[in-house]
Formats: sequence, C-alpha cells, structure tokens
Amino acid sequence: MPLTAEPKVMSFDAPLALSSGASIRGYSLAYETYGTLNAERSNAVLICHALNASHHVAGAYAGQPDNIGWWDSMIGPGKPVDTDRFFVIGINNLGSCFGSTGPMHDNPDTGRVYGADFPVVTVEDWVNAQARLLDGLGIAQLAAVMGGSLGGMQALSWTLQYPERVRHAVVVASAPNLNAENIAFNEVARRAIVTDPDFHGGHFYEHGVIPQRGLRIARMIGHITYLSDDVMNEKFGRELRSAVDGAVRSSYQYSTQDIEFQIESYLRYQGDKFSEYFDANTYLLITRALDYFDPALEHDGNLAKALAAARAKFLLVSFKTDWRFSPARSRELVKALLENRRDVSYAEIDAPHGHDAFLLDDARYHGVVRAYFEHILAEVQGRA
Amino acid sequence: MSDRTTLDIIARLVPPGSRVLDLGCGDGALLEQLMRERNCTGYGIEIDDANVLACAKRGVNVIQLNLDEGLPMFGDASFDVVLQVDTLQHLHNAETMLVETARVGRTGIVAFPNFAHWPNRVAILRGRMPVTRRLPYQWYDTPNIRVGTYKDFESLATKNRLSILDAFGLQDGQEVRKLPNLRAGTAVFKFERG
Repeated sequence: MPLTAEPKVMSFDAPLALSSGASIRGYSLAYETYGTLNAERSNAVLICHALNASHHVAGAYAGQPDNIGWWDSMIGPGKPVDTDRFFVIGINNLGSCFGSTGPMHDNPDTGRVYGADFPVVTVEDWVNAQARLLDGLGIAQLAAVMGGSLGGMQALSWTLQYPERVRHAVVVASAPNLNAENIAFNEVARRAIVTDPDFHGGHFYEHGVIPQRGLRIARMIGHITYLSDDVMNEKFGRELRSAVDGAVRSSYQYSTQDIEFQIESYLRYQGDKFSEYFDANTYLLITRALDYFDPALEHDGNLAKALAAARAKFLLVSFKTDWRFSPARSRELVKALLENRRDVSYAEIDAPHGHDAFLLDDARYHGVVRAYFEHILAEVQGRA
Repeated sequence: MSDRTTLDIIARLVPPGSRVLDLGCGDGALLEQLMRERNCTGYGIEIDDANVLACAKRGVNVIQLNLDEGLPMFGDASFDVVLQVDTLQHLHNAETMLVETARVGRTGIVAFPNFAHWPNRVAILRGRMPVTRRLPYQWYDTPNIRVGTYKDFESLATKNRLSILDAFGLQDGQEVRKLPNLRAGTAVFKFERG
C-alpha cells in the first residue's frame, strides 16, 4: 500500500540561540512522520535534507499522488529504511521555504517580513532546532540520523552536538567541510541571485517581484555540479534541438542566444522550474550554511579531534563519480572515525550519476543501507 | 581456503581482545568469528561490492577500498593484528602491502597458496601450470597474479626486515610443520617488524 504523508507543524515560543549570536523566537518547523514509534521510543530515524528538499521525505499526500517525497526510493514500507519497522521523521529546516519559518515569513519583533533580515543559520543551529522538535515528540534518542550531502553534514553534526542522542549516523555523499572550489560554486550562485535587479537587497517580497533570473542561473550552475561528465554526455551529448518547437535538429542555426544544444534546453528547463518554487533568500541562507560547516575549525583543523565527541556508529557512503562531494572527502571522515576507534562502515559505490546518485535507486547502495538498518533494528529490539 | 577448520586455525593465531584489520576480508566470516569467539574488534577492507554487502549483512565493520592504493587511512601500529588471508596473491603491490601490514599492525598474519606444494610441482614437471582445488584457475584467467612459495615468502620477509613469529603450512585443515614448502597447499606466516 502506498504511504500517505501528512505535513505537520510544531511551533516554538522560546528563543533559539544561534551560532551567530543572534536568536530566533516564535518559529515553526514543518515535519512529517511515517510508521509507528514503538513503546520503548527506540525506533526513531531522523532524515535531514539537503539544499532544495523538505520534510516531505517519503510517500505522497492524500489526493496528490504525484507529489512524492524526495527520498521515496529509500524510505517507505519494505524499503531500505523500512517505515513498517522504523518511525521516520522528515523535517524542514529553519530558513527554508517549504513550511518552516523562513525569510518569507513575518519577523515577530518587527511585524514585517524577514527578507534579508532572517538570521544566518548554521548546520549546528538546524540540529539544535531539530533536537527541540524531537523533545516535542518525546524522543530522547534516535536509532539513526541520516542524510545526504548537506543532510549528511547535519547527521554528522548530530553525533557531535548530541552524542548520547544518536545510536547510528548514516552519512551519504557528504564531506567534513566544503573545499574552495565548492564554496566558489556557491558564490557564483549567490552572486547570480544578489545581482538580479529584482532581488532588492533581499526585500523583494514587498516589491511584489521574485529574482527569478538569479534563481535560474543559480540552479543551472548547481545542476551542472550534481551530474557527472559521463552522465551529461550520455544524456545529452552534443545533440541539437530547436528552441521553437523542441524538435531535434541536425544542423546549427547560427544563433548565439537561442537554444542550440539539448543540454542548454535541459538546464533552462531546470532553472525555470526551480525559480518558480524556491525562495532566493533561502538559497543564500542554505548555501552559506554549507560554506560555514567545518567541525574541525575549533580543533585547529584536526578532524579526528573534532570527531572525538561522537559516540554513534557510522555508515558512510560515497559515489565514485561525485566530484562535488567526492569519495576523498568521505574517506577523510572514515579516517578520522578510525582514529577515534568508532564503529564505521564505508561503501564507495561505482555509480555513474555524480552527486545526484545519492537520490537514485542503485541496488548496491540501497543493499548496503538496507543491511545496515536491519542491524540497527536488531540492536534496538535487543537482538544484537 | 575459507573452510571452517582453516578459519579456526587462523583465528587461534589472533590473541583474544585484539583490535583487528582484515585486508581483503571477503564476506566477513573470519572477522565475525573473531568478534564472537575471541572478543576482538575491528574492520574489514574489501573492494568487491558483493562482499561489502555480505559484511554489512553480518554486521561487521567494512571499509570499501582498493588495497592497491595502500593503507594511507591507517596509522602506524594502530591495530594489534593485521590479517591478509588469501589476499596477497591478488595484489599488484604485494611487497608494499606486506610492509604496510607490518606498519599498521603490531603483528601481521598472512596466508596464501603455496605454489611449491608437491602437486603443483608435478604439474610443472609435466609441463603444465597447476589447476587444483587450491589453485582452481587456468593460467590465462587466474586472479592469482602473485604466485609464490612458502620459501619465497621467507626471503621476502627477510628482505623487508620482518621477524617471523610463527610459520607453518596448512593442508586438509591440518597444520603442516614438517616440510611445509613441499607438503602444504597454503602457507601461513605470523610476523612483526624486525
């Protein structure tokens, strides 16, 4: 039976202190839960999202069969993260644009829309907010926290901020921090948004416009980095298409501005789609949170020292063709965990799809995650 | 090679409570046995997807790596025991990995097919490469790219200044301590840095 998802909201009055020194009060977090929390409250799994995802992790909403959760291939009844056995929680982070309090909402201190004044939030801030949501749900300890990419950073941060509250961390296609090239990509995307005349310094809401041009370009550059060279060549190659009727063409039209290649058409389509639903300030906030994440910073850059606080057991997964969050970065995490003698398993999947692979169905990837979660279940049921 | 008695004999070489790194750990059976019966902890290293999955199913820690890239992830003497059971013969950099084994482990244990076992010698005398239960491949498709003998390993160990703590042959699930280079299909060495 397909999983029916139901979005919920939890509101918080008490201020949440943020890494920046600022705080936020009167905020709400959107979340969804799937499956049943057992009597011991020991089978909860928290799923952390990456840049453009939300609390809608699995299943579909009633009456909207096409609105399927972003990690539905991984999570659901009988899936690797089996909602018949685990109580799975999807959560939308602060500053996002899918239901939790974000820049498009009113600031209770001023009564005006936050816009660019929404406080800068970090991975650590998100984890603190998530912990409050778990408090509200009466969950003291997670069987597992799991995420890919930026979501993996949150899963990792959970093990450092709340070591006693996490039994297992599943960190997929992630990294201990962003390297310069990665920050550079984020900066190009941010500049595209900020320099869009419709951005109005982040206060575009009151002008009744959206910096769609900036968002489109931000999404286009992001999309390039999520794919591998091979997949792009296989999918699009040098194929030509008509900008007018979309028909595949066999010769150049000698135009510098019209769509000429299939890849251009694809990127423009992705950019258009994205610019219609994603918030520009959210894009800036989330990419900044990515840039800032660096747990080793407080430990003179020593990652092993940074991870010394962790008590969880780890599963890490990376994908060979992922150049945005490359296997080398996951290996750094494995090495640091080994130095701390933590239980860790690591799968390096030879998938062709680049960074996007973490969202796709791959038998090797899903097989390892499934096997790992079966052991988590045995452990929480006292069978291991 | 992964039969019960052979695994038992190798397992007995590992002191109880050891922190173990198993290079080319296969399906993780030995590591699981060491954890269960000898209270060991540790990790297996595997390159093969199916074996990584098998380890995950057993619940042993497994790290997917290509051993031909060495062991840069592991610190000096960071393990009590580093195992190479039927791994050496598949490695391009067999000598480097032997040195790495002795660097990362306080003790190294290596087991590999002994090419000087007498049936192999007979096959060679007849002018053909041996195809046996222990070496079941034809010469043109064998994954055993490093074929060596018990005696060869002794001299490689000496060359790399390893002290051999124990050495014997294995045949039909039995230790062979007399003329192992002739009488055993498998060579087993336990060593440390000299």
